[in-house]
Amino acid sequence: MSVEAVVQPSVSEGRARSLRRWGPAALHGWTSPDAIFRKACAAFALAIAALLALLVYELVRGSSLSLSRFGLHFVWDRAWDPVTEHFGAATFAYGTVVTSTIALLLAVPLGVGIAVFLVEMAPRRLGAIVAFLVELLAAIPSIVYGLWGLFVLAPIVQDHLAPALHATLGFLPLFSGESHGVGMLTAGMILAVMVLPFIAAVSRDVLMAVPRTQREASLALGATKWETIWHVVLPYGRAGISGGVILALGRALGETMAVTMVIGNTPQIAASLFDPGYTMSSVIANEYAEASGPLYLSALTEVGLLLFAVTFAVNALARLLIWRMGRVRAGGSA
Amino acid sequence: MSAAAPTAGAGPARALRIAPRRKATNVVMLGLCVAATAATLAVLAWIFGYVLLQGARYVNVAFFTQLPAPVGEPGGGFLNALVGTGIMVGMASAMSIPVGVLAGIYLAEFGRGATARVVRFVNDTLNATPSIVAGLFAYTLVVLETHRFSATAGSVALAVLMVPTITRTTEEMIRLVPRTLREGALALGVPEWRMTLQIVLRAAAPGVITGIMLAVARVSGETAALLFTAFNNRFLSTAIDQPISSVPVQVYTYAVAPYDDWHHQAWAGALVLVMLVAIFSAAVRLATRSRHRVAG
Repeated sequence: MSVEAVVQPSVSEGRARSLRRWGPAALHGWTSPDAIFRKACAAFALAIAALLALLVYELVRGSSLSLSRFGLHFVWDRAWDPVTEHFGAATFAYGTVVTSTIALLLAVPLGVGIAVFLVEMAPRRLGAIVAFLVELLAAIPSIVYGLWGLFVLAPIVQDHLAPALHATLGFLPLFSGESHGVGMLTAGMILAVMVLPFIAAVSRDVLMAVPRTQREASLALGATKWETIWHVVLPYGRAGISGGVILALGRALGETMAVTMVIGNTPQIAASLFDPGYTMSSVIANEYAEASGPLYLSALTEVGLLLFAVTFAVNALARLLIWRMGRVRAGGSA
Repeated sequence: MSAAAPTAGAGPARALRIAPRRKATNVVMLGLCVAATAATLAVLAWIFGYVLLQGARYVNVAFFTQLPAPVGEPGGGFLNALVGTGIMVGMASAMSIPVGVLAGIYLAEFGRGATARVVRFVNDTLNATPSIVAGLFAYTLVVLETHRFSATAGSVALAVLMVPTITRTTEEMIRLVPRTLREGALALGVPEWRMTLQIVLRAAAPGVITGIMLAVARVSGETAALLFTAFNNRFLSTAIDQPISSVPVQVYTYAVAPYDDWHHQAWAGALVLVMLVAIFSAAVRLATRSRHRVAG
């Protein structure tokens, strides 16, 4: 900051005026430059709120045809037939739920484990480097994950992982049949890698906020390091970690490209995780540009509207949990 | 870990000794945490390494200077896609940076009370909105009205994705500017608006700029929002009312096509995207060394 920049303006506007607005009660006149500036900033901030409102409005407008034609039935209708123009979202909702569940089952233990390593075990410098690398995973574009999943992970699932799972757990319908590489299991695994950094980062922040005294008290009672982590540190941060997991769930539900490239894009409800499926986001990605007819487009838009509604609810829940965690901390109660 | 080792001294050491099972659990579980970290880093190295190796084999000068070759002919490049990504990211930045920066200033400087809480919540919601939904929004807003896929529609979708990141980082960075700097400016009689724009914003500029770069890096790799807004174009186009190509969409098109030659080019495109992200992330890291995670 150069000194000139600071001194110059005071000459121009009249010193008395500037002095008058000393103190918090800085409101003086609607047309003063300061008032205009404040209002301009507020206008842009409100523009963000207007943007969300417009987004919701456009989605509802785009799906109005489908909404009036199929009504609520759309949500659990399993049909998806562009020829007879009979549409329902159930198969896509199923695919989305199954892949996101696989993703969380894999990513939650890994993510929390990483957080424990970073906060409780690693030396500071090593921890900082590892945390940066893990967050790098979140920066890799979805399309790159898709490419890797399609050409690297899918063949491995087909040739090694699926046969092994079938041999050991084949009595479960989940692991029945053969894998062709692309399918719900592969999609869930890719998703797990993609949401892992969110879980790890939030859990790390939460664990770092757990007071030292909690750990010291537990260790002083003779607990081992792991017992301290498991019985004291993790329960203390439970709400915050849950918030991080739900945040990751929101990401997994909406993730598009990587899933589209490895799930097989077949509208069906299959019991086996090896079978191909379809998710809400991937059906939009795959069929929207080629959809013919207003009803088809409208049905796809309604799938998008549902997806938005679900991610909105999930995100709000996550914020609530993380916010509550913050309040508990601020209140100082354990 | 040694933290729970029995204390030395005259006391009854045997009573304090930890049962072997508890000790084993301790070692195993802590070992699993290390293993989880190692496994994740291994996957990261695997993905990066694979993209690097594959991409390096197929990236060449022609990739940056030539248009796609007709199907079946070897060679050709991503020039149309690189130009398209540049145009759309540029337009999206022009739309989103003023909104994001000023909204960020509002939240940091004047943002107390219900309005600010609502804006913050809405911003978080937009941040978590799937990119494909941003694409749908741009489709009904622009493509349906103009009756064609266009670079404009694509950049509207990208701008929707950029605004929340920029708003958030700007707010966080401006909050970091010390109070004393503001007080110094005000004490010299600088009006509030000048103080904010010329002193506070300038002090926060490195952080704000890296936040913008982060948003740019993210949307440069964005595919889903462009599939049915900008669509694709095998020819070099700079018209903003026409369909236009982009690097990620072209990578996608090439990846799912059945030609080996195209797969090779898809890897080269992926390498370009990953390098972009890695460079931007490292820059952000350097610029905000004292703080972790700029936006999440």
